[in-house]
Order: sequence, then structure tokens, then C-alpha cells
Amino acid sequence: MKGIFSYGILRGLIGQAIGWAAGIGLVTGIRALMGLAYKAEPAWVVGAALGIIGFLIGIGAFRDWFAWAKGEETPDPEEIHEEPGVKRYFGYSLDHKVIGVQYAFLSLFLLVVGGSFALIFRVELVQTGMQWVTLNFFNTLIGMHGMTLIVSILMGISAMSNYAVPLLIGARDMAFPRLNAFSFWLAVPASLVLVSAIFTGGFDTGWTGYPPLSIRAPMGMQMFFVAVFFAGWSSILGALNLIVTILRMRAAGMKMFRMPIFAWATLATSIIALTATQLIGTSFQMVSFERLFGMGFFNAAQGGNPILFQHLFWFYSHPAVYIFVLPGLGIISELLPVFVRKPLFGYKWVAMSSLGIALVGFLVWAHHMFTSGMEEYLRVPFMYSTLLVAVPTGIKFFSWVATMWMGRIRFQVPMLFLIGAIIVFLMGGLSGPPLGTVSTNLHMHDSYFVVGHFHATMFGGFIFPLFAAIYYWYPKVTGRKMNDLLGKIHFYLLTPGFLIMSFGQMQVGLLGMRRRIADYDPAQGFETAHLIITIAGFMVAFSVLIFLINLFVSAKRGEVVTENVWQSRSPEWTVLPTPAPMHNYPQPIRVVGDPYDYGLKGARYVEVLPQQAGD
Amino acid sequence: MTTPEAALTTYKQKLANNRLGLWLFILSDSFVFAALLVTRFYLLGDKRPHLEQELGLIVTSVLLISSFFANRAEVQISKGNRKGFLTSILITMLLGIGFLVGVVGFEWRLAPFGPADGPEGAVFFMMTGMHAFHVLTGVIFLFIVFRNGLKGHYSPEKHWAVEAAANYWHFVDVVWIFFYPALYLIGSL
Repeated sequence: MKGIFSYGILRGLIGQAIGWAAGIGLVTGIRALMGLAYKAEPAWVVGAALGIIGFLIGIGAFRDWFAWAKGEETPDPEEIHEEPGVKRYFGYSLDHKVIGVQYAFLSLFLLVVGGSFALIFRVELVQTGMQWVTLNFFNTLIGMHGMTLIVSILMGISAMSNYAVPLLIGARDMAFPRLNAFSFWLAVPASLVLVSAIFTGGFDTGWTGYPPLSIRAPMGMQMFFVAVFFAGWSSILGALNLIVTILRMRAAGMKMFRMPIFAWATLATSIIALTATQLIGTSFQMVSFERLFGMGFFNAAQGGNPILFQHLFWFYSHPAVYIFVLPGLGIISELLPVFVRKPLFGYKWVAMSSLGIALVGFLVWAHHMFTSGMEEYLRVPFMYSTLLVAVPTGIKFFSWVATMWMGRIRFQVPMLFLIGAIIVFLMGGLSGPPLGTVSTNLHMHDSYFVVGHFHATMFGGFIFPLFAAIYYWYPKVTGRKMNDLLGKIHFYLLTPGFLIMSFGQMQVGLLGMRRRIADYDPAQGFETAHLIITIAGFMVAFSVLIFLINLFVSAKRGEVVTENVWQSRSPEWTVLPTPAPMHNYPQPIRVVGDPYDYGLKGARYVEVLPQQAGD
Repeated sequence: MTTPEAALTTYKQKLANNRLGLWLFILSDSFVFAALLVTRFYLLGDKRPHLEQELGLIVTSVLLISSFFANRAEVQISKGNRKGFLTSILITMLLGIGFLVGVVGFEWRLAPFGPADGPEGAVFFMMTGMHAFHVLTGVIFLFIVFRNGLKGHYSPEKHWAVEAAANYWHFVDVVWIFFYPALYLIGSL
């Protein structure tokens, strides 16, 4: 491989194009042999699926596994030395730190794409009447905004957990490095298929894809299903890898209750992702088959039942929000003690609260269905289980407040984002119980109040902690610090902008604005409110633009950092040099104390073991 | 340089990782089949589709017997009996193919409904299709193990691929133990 083809991603894209064309040709050929005319939908579904496999073959993600199947030996990942340099980030790499950064890039790319969709339809909503998009395009955009950002969030939590977890627990790498690379590269072609839904007719169901509407939607619906199916597999395999890594690869002396909180949060989130994700894949596959083969699962005219879909779908899609927020909440608990210089308050309770949220999260899905026409006796039990989630979440809040209490707080950029996360997530959390309670839910269901609540939880539970994590670990990746001034501008634009947007959405929701509609009655009198929401949305977008500029400029011009820049006790700062070397922990380490004993005299956490003789 | 003892320790640690990974995969995959079982009882309730009872009994027996041979293959290789191991893998594979022929080749043709004919058709073809897909991947996995076994790749100490193929095969078999009564026995016509 020479020249431009040494970039793996390019070989992957060529593979995807070939696979896609081959799939279309294959289906059309078989249909021609059976004497049937060309039909776009089955050809494109098989094309999209084979395209994804083509991408993976092109980039070389199957190479070692094919070699094993042929009975050949492959080198151990620890003995592979990859050429250092930027090129590693554009191809198949087995280093968990490279894969973490790749995930982060994909996540930020999708964040920009999905956010831009929102800006387009926010502008449309400023005035009543239709200004500049068609109804179908508006509907496509809201669905794409939802699913693009969901995939972006899944990639973002994978970025944080892939980069940080092996470093935090003192592991050499993930348990299955090849599977790790496979999981990431599976998501890249899947994201492309998702975006292709816009160009293949779009779809008008929103991100939930409820039948019977999704059975009649244009063909973009199928691209959406294929993309979610494969992105889901990426998430499942990534979760499997993380669970094995956390359970089996910890450094000597790191008992479960000496694990960093972020590892606990990742473990909890991975348990949900491993199991529940199958349900969204299966339910979307069933709708896809209903469209392709006429299998009447959800079509009442054929004896099916659309409510079944909602049960299957929400069994994943509600726990999914805990997949999204638990790592972010873990980041808050993980980084807060560093900037407060105090031990984390109630370590065991915080560790268990993540598992508590994960387990209760499995039992709450039908609170999305109070108005769907499901059995009425299911409402009250699901209301109580939903409100129960507030208990472990409350534990986390008490821990954060108690940790900050009387602390010597350093208001550095990551800390600002942690405070922002706590405030915004509190707003998201407090707007939850009115939606979880049946009596109020019946009025607020499907209104903009839901939109405001959801965005507050996602920003507080994911976006703010993600930014904190990027500012915090950026020096470990690049050896340079991100610009402080730009970071502060980012924070002071994002936080008020977001709060105005979210509260504005809740307000118009209470006034009767329904979600997912392109137009509304001027007599309802919330045109001004929509204008303010849109301006606030552009403020959020502008702050993210500043962040991205900071991200790229600091990689070249940022202040050079070589030592433990945040005075953290974590082994990746105290033991490893900055930026991190290719293979973690050349000398084995041992954990001899608790992770968050900041400010305690004589407290120790990790020590480096002497090099073993003859190794 | 690593000593042979150190290499064996590393292998054992990796083996434990692999085992946990496979069990987690099986846990994850079982949620797909659980979803299909929920679908069957949600849509059909106490009705069952009209199917060939004798054929169902035959294919179920074939699959259960194949699991016995999958286990035997694993036992034989850990005892170092290469010939017995290869024979057992081959028998497992053939029985698996027999199951596929019985379900996809016969039952799918004999069923009085197609996939587009109401909830019975949808449920029956989705459940048996998803299961048959897993049997097919299992057969491919067994074939790879068989071929590498012919080349002499496995030893009593190191035969993770055999163990994985056998455990995956048992999982597919256990799924059928739930699917068979759900499709053939529970409920009335």
C-alpha cells in the first residue's frame, strides 16, 4: 500500500462503494432471473448492508480474523509497533488511545452535522407558515437530528471510555483490541448510511420510527434502519469489550471498590448497552422486514399490533438515555475531586448509584406510552418505577454538592464545565417527574416540554461532561493544553445560550406547542418565544464553533505541557509521561490506596513495581 | 524473552477473557430471541400456527443429538483423541445441516401460510429464520474448526476455538428448546 491508499479510511470508502454497488447489482440480478422488474427498496437495503461490510474489508478490519479462520497465527497486539504520527488516526489501529480519539472525531463530526440540521429547522420555526423547507424535508431533518446526535452521543461515550478506562484502571490496552477497532470502524460506514437517508427520499417519522407511519414512509426510512442496526452492533461489541476490560484487566491491587468512579459508570452503562441495544435492532429489523416481505407484525389490518413495536422499541430507547448520561455523570464524579482538592463524598454510594440507575432503568420503558393506548393497569407501576430513578440520581447530586462543600475549588476550564453540567442536569432532572407522573404526562405528552426536558438531560449528562473530559485529557493526547480564554468564552456562551433554549422549549411546550410540527397557529402567540429559542440555539452553535477552533489551533500552538498539569492522582498523570506513549504502563503498577484521597496527608494510590528480571 | 511458564500464564489469562467475552455475547444475543418470544406471545397469544408436528419433532431431536456430539468433540480434544474429535465435529455439522434442511427446506414449504399472511406467518418465519441464521453461522464456525482440526491445530491444552464453537452450538440449541414449544406445542390451533 503506497501513497494515498495507505490511508485506511480511503480504502474503506472505496470498499463501501463497491459493496453498495454489488448489493444493488446482486438483488437486481436475482430479481431479473426470477423475472421481476427492478425495485429500488430491496436493492438499496442489501446494498447499504453490503456496503458496510465492504468498508470493513477495505480497511482491513477482518484481515486477522480471516487469518485465524485459515489457521494462521497473527502477532500479539502488544508486539505490534505502529508508526507514530497523524496517519495512525486515519486507518485501522489497535491502540485504545488512538481508537478513543477516532471515536471523539466521529462524535464531534456527527455533532456538527446533527446540530446543523437543528439550526435549519429552528430557522423555519421562527415564523408561522412555511418559509424555506418543504414539509417532508422538515420531518426528515427532525428525525435525522435525533438519530445523528444519538449516534454522536454513543460515539462520544465510547470515546471517553475507550481512551480513559484502560488508563484509569492501569491496563495495557482493552481486552480485545481487534474487536475494539472493529467496533469503531463499523460505526463509520453506518454513519454514512444514516446520512444517506436524506438523499434517498427522507422519512417523516421522527427518530422513533413508529409504525404504521414508518411502514409507509419513503425509502430513506430503510437507510435509517440499516444504519441504526449496524451502529447498534458497534455499541454492543464496544460494551462487551469494556465489561471484560473492567472486570479482568485491572492493575494489581485494584479491588472493585478501589476502581475509579468512571470505570463504575462505564460498567453500568455497558451492561445496558450490551443487552438492551438488541431490542432496537430487532424492532427496526422487524419493521424493515414488514416493508420488504409484507410480514404483518405491526400492521393492524394484517392482524399485527403497533403497540408491540413501542414496547420493544422503548425497552432499548429508554435505558438508552441512561447509556448516554451515566458516563457523563461518572466524568463529573471522577474529575470533581481533582479540581476541589477533596476526597469524593460517599464513594461506595456513588459507585452503586450508577448500577442502581442501570437496573431500575430496565423497568421504566412504558412511561413513554401512557397515551399510546396500552393496557391502563400498566400506567401506575411504570410511574412508580420511573420516579424511583430519582433516588440513585439524587445520591449523585448529594455527593457532588458535599464534595464541593468547603473545597478549595480551582476554577479551571474543565471545572467550569463540571459546574455547568451539574446545574443543567439538575434542570433536566427536575423537569422529569412531571413527565413521569401519569396525570401530568397526559397533558404534556408530545409537547415541547418533553423536548426541553430531554435536551437539558442530554446537555447536562453528556455534552457538558464531554467538553470537560476533552479539556481535561487533551494534554494527554497532544502534549499541549487547550487555550484557556477560548475555553472560557466557550463556556460563558454555551451555558446561558443553552439554558435560554431549554427553558424556552419547556415554556412553549406548556403553552401548547407540539413537537415535530413544521408550522403552528399564530394565535397561540409564541412566535417571539420561538425567535428567542432560535437565537439561543445559534449561540450554542457559535460556542461549539469556538470550541472546535480551539481544538484544532491548540494542537499546533497550545501551551506545551509535560507534567501532571491538573495535579491529578490518577496513574495516567502520575506514572505516564505526557503525551501518553503508544503502549500504556511499560512497567507494571500496583494500587495501594483509594483513588480520591486529595488533600489527605500520607495517602497513596499507585506505585510502580520494579521491572521483573528477565522480561 | 518470555519463559514457557509465563507464556502459559498469559494464555490462561487470555482464555479467561475470551470465555467471559463469549458468555457476554451469548447474553446479548439471547435478548434478540427473547424479543421474538415476546412478539410471538403478544401477537398470537394462546393460538399456535398450523405446523407439521412430526417434522417438528424430528428436527428438534436432530438438533438435540447434535449438541451431544458437540460436547463429545470438546471432551475428545481435551483428552488428546484427535480422531474422535474430528468425527464428532463432522457429525455435529451434518446434523446441523440436517436441521436446516428440515426447517428451511421442508417446514417453510409445507407451512400453509407465507410470511405475508397474517401474524402467524410473520412470527413463524421471523423466529425460524432468525434461529436458522444462527444455526448457519454455527455450521460455518464448526466447519472452520473442522478444517483447522484436520491441519492439526488443536491440542489438549489449547483448543479455545473448539470450546467456543461448542458453546455457541449449545446456545443455539437452548434457544430452540424455547422456540420449539412456543411454535409447536403451546396453545391451540
